[in-house]
Amino acid sequence: MDVLQHILRVGWSTLGDVLPILAIILFFQFAIIRKPIANPKRLVVGFFYVLAGLTLFLVGLEEALFPIGKLMAVQLTDPVFVHGEAASLSNPILWHEYIWVYLFAATIGFSTTIAEPSLLAVAIKANEVSGGVIKVWGLRIAVAIGVAIGISLGSFRIVTGTPLQYYIITGYVIVIIQTVYAPRLIIGLAYDSGGVTTSTVTVPLVAALGLGLASTVPGRSVLIDGFGLIAFASLFPIITVMAYAQISQWRSDRKEKYNSE
Amino acid sequence: MVKSLKEIKKSLYESSKDLLPIVLVIGFFQIFILQQPIPNYEDLLIGSVFVVIGLALFVRGLEIALFPIGEAMAYAFARKGSLFWLLLFGFCLGFGTTIAEPALIAVAGEAATIAADGGMIGDSAADRSSYATGLRITVALSVGAAILIGIIRILKGWPIHYLIIVGYAGVVIMTAFAPKEIIGIAYDSGGVTTSTITVPLVTALGVGLASSIKGRNPMIDGFGLIAFASLTPMIFVMLYGMFV
Repeated sequence: MDVLQHILRVGWSTLGDVLPILAIILFFQFAIIRKPIANPKRLVVGFFYVLAGLTLFLVGLEEALFPIGKLMAVQLTDPVFVHGEAASLSNPILWHEYIWVYLFAATIGFSTTIAEPSLLAVAIKANEVSGGVIKVWGLRIAVAIGVAIGISLGSFRIVTGTPLQYYIITGYVIVIIQTVYAPRLIIGLAYDSGGVTTSTVTVPLVAALGLGLASTVPGRSVLIDGFGLIAFASLFPIITVMAYAQISQWRSDRKEKYNSE
Repeated sequence: MVKSLKEIKKSLYESSKDLLPIVLVIGFFQIFILQQPIPNYEDLLIGSVFVVIGLALFVRGLEIALFPIGEAMAYAFARKGSLFWLLLFGFCLGFGTTIAEPALIAVAGEAATIAADGGMIGDSAADRSSYATGLRITVALSVGAAILIGIIRILKGWPIHYLIIVGYAGVVIMTAFAPKEIIGIAYDSGGVTTSTITVPLVTALGVGLASSIKGRNPMIDGFGLIAFASLTPMIFVMLYGMFV
């Protein structure tokens, strides 16, 4: 019974996401473009699939994976787990004591990104547009590696308490340098992959990790240090996707050279 | 009938592969690192079945509704040749989908708490709520503006990295002046604005526009709308933090 209520509640809020989009599309279609929609029945069925699919997806995550994932984030950042029973909190914080936190951050970042529906959508489109040159799984794995690096580095930042902007600005500089050397075809897609990585699956778990860390590491403020993980998770995929394209190009160049010799 | 059954089986199999890594990570940490039993097997199992079916349905919906309508509208606007309506459509899409975004509502609420604690605004519920609403409108405007600029870029064929570098410079400059408390939230707000339904639609719109205009390459020019939509909110939120 609880599950049914949950489905209705999530379905209602997903409907709230879909309705404004539908209203805008219909208004422009009928008032401005003034042409009947091709295959309206298919469209209605499709929107229903999107609505039902997202609802089930979110309910499933909230019923099963989020509670245990969030609990885990709290347990792994618990001082007793990190320092052992005997350690007193007055000791200086040693960043390497948080090794399991970084590993958890990296693996949970990677795995939630693989399950992220909007990334899947962009990967399908990129595969179609590039005529199969960009592989759906290749892109998703490249993005997921970026998120993994980003979130574990972000956790390290919270533990050490260094300012967020230094990391982000360094990341920007790397992105700009890579842009000069990366194949032109990938650049738009790489920039886009920063924005799509963090939505329904990644944000709740990552936010729990950030807030857990900021509230248990002595000297950190939840409000100042608890945020910023999402920013890391949207920056590093840009770097890894460009790197993915650079490596693929380098390998095919080398192959060509080898063949021509 | 047999064929569609096979298709359903295949898409369910694909979705299970998408979910598998999360299950492995959580299982590994629970059993080996935290050394605790997995609680509520049944909930976990039912939840996973929901996730797999939901993801499969969503992908199907993408292919038959969101992608085709996004591209069809791009073609229709390109044929109609009216820049004004195309830009207005882009702006509305960005604004309309962001203003109601639940993740943004949550972030705006937190930002209001920070502002109140920092003494930037009064500490009453009314002050906070008006601060949060103002912030949401700011972010929604910035996403609308981002899509609008992104569409102009596709039409003109400007290289994307010039605009992105200008945007980065804007973020860096704003960071130097914005109140310290707002920086984390501003940086995060870039990531939370683009919802799961907006992304496929906007991507299809960009790719559709780039393929319907002569001389544009859908791969080079079609992508990039989402990138703008995640960049402008950072600048706008810091601006908001400075002046409100």
